[in-house]
Amino acid sequence: MINRKQFLALFFSLIITIFLRPTLFASTTSENSFIPPPVFSSENHPCSDCHEDMEPNTQRRQLEENHSDIVIQGHGEPERWCLDCHDATDRNKLILLNGEKVEFLASYKLCQQCHGAIFKAWEPGIHGKRVGRWDGPKKIYLCVS
Amino acid sequence: MKQLTRRSFLKASSAGLGGTVLGGCSEGFDWATYFQDRFEEMSPEEVQKTLKRLEKYYSNKYKTKITVKGTPSKENTVFGYALDLSRCVGCRRCVYACVDENNISRDVQIHYIRVLKMKDGDMNLEESDHYYNPDKVPEDDSYYMPVQCQQCDNPPCVKVCPVKATWKDPDGVVVVDYNRCIGCRDCMASCPYRARKFNWREPEIPEDKLNTETHYLGNRPRYRGVVEKCHFCLQRTREGRYPACVEICPAGARKFGNLLDPESEIRLVLENFRTFRLKEELNTQPKFFYFFSLG
Repeated sequence: MINRKQFLALFFSLIITIFLRPTLFASTTSENSFIPPPVFSSENHPCSDCHEDMEPNTQRRQLEENHSDIVIQGHGEPERWCLDCHDATDRNKLILLNGEKVEFLASYKLCQQCHGAIFKAWEPGIHGKRVGRWDGPKKIYLCVS
Repeated sequence: MKQLTRRSFLKASSAGLGGTVLGGCSEGFDWATYFQDRFEEMSPEEVQKTLKRLEKYYSNKYKTKITVKGTPSKENTVFGYALDLSRCVGCRRCVYACVDENNISRDVQIHYIRVLKMKDGDMNLEESDHYYNPDKVPEDDSYYMPVQCQQCDNPPCVKVCPVKATWKDPDGVVVVDYNRCIGCRDCMASCPYRARKFNWREPEIPEDKLNTETHYLGNRPRYRGVVEKCHFCLQRTREGRYPACVEICPAGARKFGNLLDPESEIRLVLENFRTFRLKEELNTQPKFFYFFSLG
């Protein structure tokens, strides 16, 4: 039979193990591959900061007051304009052709709609840049980063 | 004048000889270095002893804490490298990232990577230029081909080394034991890729630029009179990290991985693109592949 001292020692070691487990688990999962956020993401500079109080104008037009410096020349300019990719109602999201809303972090889903072959190469790491470990977690760069 | 006897002569000369030896020791001459075995043949204990000794030597020399690792090859790993020539813009960032990572001499400039400027539609290496210096790259009429050690599977440099100071490690990287190298430069003459560089002088490394994480066969500071070359950043890759040139490349043109892992980036490149190797006809069997991802 175990005495009181041994029992206490066993009990406390069990408690410590249980409490330590989540932290151990967290340290391994946080090492997974991640995609660095673009310069203006919905986290660090939400578009809704300005756009929240504005009435969305879905009329295709030349922007004059703001964002007039943005040119999409060479990227299907006559056909494309802001709201083809940005969602008109939820400004912190992008919108796919099928109407699905995606985060800025998943902008590759947007690019993939036209550039399927490049996406196919990007996904396993042949196209684009990666930093980190060749045998493990890495930082994956987006088309826009 | 006092007569010089046989006894006093022997006494004085032996004292002088002893003094020379001891004095030599205090200046840094190290018998252990002198009688050191080949790194390949050392027992694990000997390796540890050697690494300790070198750490002490370098830390004294550079006045900062320097670690020298001797990490052996990983199991089931053969490193391969692929370079996308249609993405390379010729910015030479890889060249200088490599210099910083690997403690390469700055004053006498040594570069592991040479970026060749090639004429569009031409594969003639004889007409390439590695001294190109335009205001802006990429130039309209050219493409760029970085050349570094090709980590041959049948390396001519290893065959010619008279002291076995260079060999192919199990992970396929051709390495140099800088303590063993006698500086005969036979390997440089035998290399068809001009990958090996000679330290004509003691390498000049600015104090603030010294990389203190080193590997015995990798980026530890070299001596005067030894040959060095690209080693796929052993100090990084054997820990699982990408080489410095891969991480710096702004175009993502450089791909690195384990050739034995069917899921690795390098294997996917080999399966999906038409790759070629430099000077294949020489049967050096490089593990460095070039490809054009865009038609």
